[in-house]
Amino acid sequence: MDYTILILALPALSFLLLALAGMKMSHRVAGIVGTLSLAAVTVLSYATACSYFTAGRMEDGLYPTLVPWNFEWLPFTPSLHIDMGILLDPISVLMLVVVSTVSLMVHIYSFGYMKGEKGFQRYYAFLSLFTFAMLGLVVATNIFQMYVFWELVGVSSYLLIGFYYTKPEAIAASKKAFIVTRFADLGFLIGILIYGYYMQTFTFTPSEERLMQAGMVLPWALGLMFVGGAGKSAMFPLHIWLPDAMEGPTPVSALIHAATMVVAGVYLVARMFPLYVDFAPHVLHAVAWVGAFTALYAASVACVQSDIKRVLAFSTISQIGFMMVALGVCTDADPHGGGLGYMAGMFHLFTHAMFKALLFLGAGCIIHAVHSNEMEMMGGLRRYMPVTHITFLVACLAIAGIPPFSGFFSKDEILTACFGFSPAMGWIMTAIAGMTAFYMFRLYYGIFWGKENRELHARHTPHESPLAMTFPLVFLALVTVGAGFIPFGRFVSANGHAYDIHLDWGVAGTSIVVALAAIALATWMYARDRQPVADMLAARFSRLHRAAYRRFYMDEAWLFVTKRVIFRCVSVPVAWFDRHVIDQFMNFLAWGTNAAGESLQPVQNGRIQAYTWWFLSGIIVLTAVLLLF
Amino acid sequence: MDITTSLLSMQAEASLAVILVVMLLADLIIREPGHRKLQILGCILMAVQLALNVVPAEGEAFGGMYRSTELASVVKTVLAAGTLLVFMQAGEWLGREDTRGKAGEFYLLTLSTLLGMFLMVSAGSFMLFYIGLELASIPMACLVAFDKYRHHSAEAGAKFILSSMFSSALMLYGLSLLYGTCGTMYFADMPALLAGTPLQVMAMVFFFAGLGFKVSLVPFHMWTPDVYQGAPTAVAGYLSVISKGAAAFAMAAVLLKVFGGMVHDWSLLLSVVTVLTITVGNVFAVLQTDLKRFMAYSSISQAGYIVLGALAGSGQGMASLVYYVIIYVAANLAVFGIIGTVEQHTGGKTGRSAYAGLYQTNPRLAFGMTLALFSLAGIPPFAGFFSKFFVFAAAFHAGHWLVVFLALVNTIISLYYYLLVVKAMYITPSDSPVPPFRADGLTRAGLLVCVAGVVVTGLVSGLYGLLSGAALH
Repeated sequence: MDYTILILALPALSFLLLALAGMKMSHRVAGIVGTLSLAAVTVLSYATACSYFTAGRMEDGLYPTLVPWNFEWLPFTPSLHIDMGILLDPISVLMLVVVSTVSLMVHIYSFGYMKGEKGFQRYYAFLSLFTFAMLGLVVATNIFQMYVFWELVGVSSYLLIGFYYTKPEAIAASKKAFIVTRFADLGFLIGILIYGYYMQTFTFTPSEERLMQAGMVLPWALGLMFVGGAGKSAMFPLHIWLPDAMEGPTPVSALIHAATMVVAGVYLVARMFPLYVDFAPHVLHAVAWVGAFTALYAASVACVQSDIKRVLAFSTISQIGFMMVALGVCTDADPHGGGLGYMAGMFHLFTHAMFKALLFLGAGCIIHAVHSNEMEMMGGLRRYMPVTHITFLVACLAIAGIPPFSGFFSKDEILTACFGFSPAMGWIMTAIAGMTAFYMFRLYYGIFWGKENRELHARHTPHESPLAMTFPLVFLALVTVGAGFIPFGRFVSANGHAYDIHLDWGVAGTSIVVALAAIALATWMYARDRQPVADMLAARFSRLHRAAYRRFYMDEAWLFVTKRVIFRCVSVPVAWFDRHVIDQFMNFLAWGTNAAGESLQPVQNGRIQAYTWWFLSGIIVLTAVLLLF
Repeated sequence: MDITTSLLSMQAEASLAVILVVMLLADLIIREPGHRKLQILGCILMAVQLALNVVPAEGEAFGGMYRSTELASVVKTVLAAGTLLVFMQAGEWLGREDTRGKAGEFYLLTLSTLLGMFLMVSAGSFMLFYIGLELASIPMACLVAFDKYRHHSAEAGAKFILSSMFSSALMLYGLSLLYGTCGTMYFADMPALLAGTPLQVMAMVFFFAGLGFKVSLVPFHMWTPDVYQGAPTAVAGYLSVISKGAAAFAMAAVLLKVFGGMVHDWSLLLSVVTVLTITVGNVFAVLQTDLKRFMAYSSISQAGYIVLGALAGSGQGMASLVYYVIIYVAANLAVFGIIGTVEQHTGGKTGRSAYAGLYQTNPRLAFGMTLALFSLAGIPPFAGFFSKFFVFAAAFHAGHWLVVFLALVNTIISLYYYLLVVKAMYITPSDSPVPPFRADGLTRAGLLVCVAGVVVTGLVSGLYGLLSGAALH
């Protein structure tokens, strides 16, 4: 497995190459360099996955945890050191496959989507950087390496959101994303430091003895780590950056803000799962409730948005909420006991990555065709864009949870796990699943059916995208169709033992019925040219509608907290202290140094007699001092 | 042990002596103008010296008169590497009309001083120590006065030899007192006999002053600015890193090994001197406008940071000291190398004003200079930050937090004057900036190695671990 180092090295090298020499290349060459290196990474990831899973389980029935490569970077004490390395276990191998697949598709897709854009080479350089960082994050051998790459992922996300740096909205969005996630990462860092201090290690498996001594410290550390995860995974109330992040190029939204980076928080919880479930079950259940509330909140906002990327963004937030819920409802590591959620969450992460990337790439095609994000500019597009239409529909069915598409299977497992935890949670999540089906089909009908915007189309007829863009759509659609049949529990489960997925037809039946009802409702309301019911409802509940459209004023609330409370009550006094105390001390230092220099200057007069005099008196004084004290 | 095996166990010294003889013969054989050939030969031989001694080795010879530890062996390798860099950078200066004919002497004299430093670093007795010290000092005076037809150089040489004699005499006096009270000159035997009587304390201060002169600690530093400014730039660079590094290590080693029992006395002494050195160096550096003189004061202040490592009085402290010296060698030689090459290409300009607008005409040179200065100032992520960090950490662990605090305040001051140079290069406009030029290949290679050292050593943490491993042996 020594070749796994290439999985990290290739994107890093391609980033360096493109960043340093990109401007000397043509667009084509730069794109090919990036895509080929990613293709190689994908092949290697698949090879790793194949050989890892076919090598089979060890005698104890678990897949081995391999560390093909590790290097001690910063040693503090014999047990506490920061390493950089590669760790292979079922979830990291799974993530390798997910990240490399989506990234490769996005690389190919961007050939068509970004064609002729200024800064094409820069775009590919940043994509390589992101892929490198994300892969480094998932294969991290210790929590600190994870943190390092976590921040690197944040930086590359910042760079890509602000790719159109002449657009003020893009700049604002990139800053917002960076600041909000950085703020959350503060919690993560503190959590890591507490963890490192009390566990005396940064690895994921502290010694028994330390764990026993830890007491209340470990839940705090894990809770703080989750704050970081909540920031990256856009959990309420730290979700505010994600909808704005849609200012970035659409393929970037597909890669970073739908499939990979935003699930880093889920991955983090999964990574620390054995500790959560055994030592901090309350924290884990808090994670579940945060996830559930986020899912509900985001789903209700998604029902009324008009910008198609915003709808997808809120849908992403809602789906990540599902994954968090799945992990959070676990009560035990045994999948037959209370540990089903772990497997379900990771399964949903996998299927969601595929169909959400598909949705975003499809949205990219649509935006490419009509040059707008707004739904009112669309309608009736199914005649012009058949491939996009069909693949988009596949993804919508998957996310709505209709069999046999992949989303059905993973969502069903999540719901089963929720019902196992508490019926309330089960029903809440089922209802949210229904809302998901509703808003996704509202979106679908708004784009592909309904009234055609004829005057707009007269000026510019929409057309299907080039092959570079449709190929990834088709590929991902095929994955979405087939992925549900992967015996996922054989590969990933909470305690590592094989688990055979069996559908609970009570739960599955309910969720299918709810989803179909929601789709039917959406069809009734939105499939036709006019939408009297929807308009009537919007008018009837105008306050609620406006509140949901404005995302329940969460951005305004944050602005109030930061501008009014933090800036006024904390920043202003601190700034005063900085100006008047710290700066004045520095000024005093400068003044004192200059004054001393001026007045001492004559001592250095160039006369050797004077020098020896100082020498001798120095010795005498020093001897006297030593003898006296 | 007979003489042959004794000599063989002094591996680094023996190979250096052979190199010295080869260079002497080559100087006789190679016909005029042979400065270029001599330079290349010198560089190759020093590279061989490095390759032969890269693995740290311990050795003992002549009944304990000579005793080299692993850490001392590392130091010798560092000194040899620094000398190689000086050789690489000296080519342009030695190619000048008036120095061309005597280029061979430069290499001979430099190698002699280096041999002296080697002996000083790995002496096992004050006798050999003193011989090494003198061997490192007397040829140095010739080097300082190398441009003897230039007024400043001759004056600097005279000042150096006079101050050097003075300090040697005092040190010798201190050593005689030590011999008088202990009855032996061997390092190994002395700790048991040193009880900290007033006479011994006085002897220690005299010894300390003698080395303090070489390291240019306040108040024994007064010669430094005049000599650095007057000496040829390559020699000033050599003085500022190699000579200083060797003396600082030797001082720390003797304090630790021989005066270990008097740690209370010398840690007070060192605390006072360190703070004085850093502060005075800074206070004077702020006002300098000539870069060579400026670097002299900067190197005084840096000397304070170096011996701060010794203050910890532990193996960790020694490791941090050696680490500091390594980084300091790279950064300071980069600065002196750039000053030297600019001086050669502008007809002797060394004023800060001459550097205005350097970025426009010679961007790479200006960038290298900036990195080196940042490292000297201790800005992360450059190596200088880590070296300062380790020295501070070692001193802090030993409980000298007041000294560390004062040293920290001083780093802020130092930041100011290092940035003055950067500001001149990048921001200050100039009507007549240094015209674009290309230094010769070896100079550029030497500068590249220095700058790479500054950047890379900061990122590779293993080095410090290796050093502390060697220090604990």
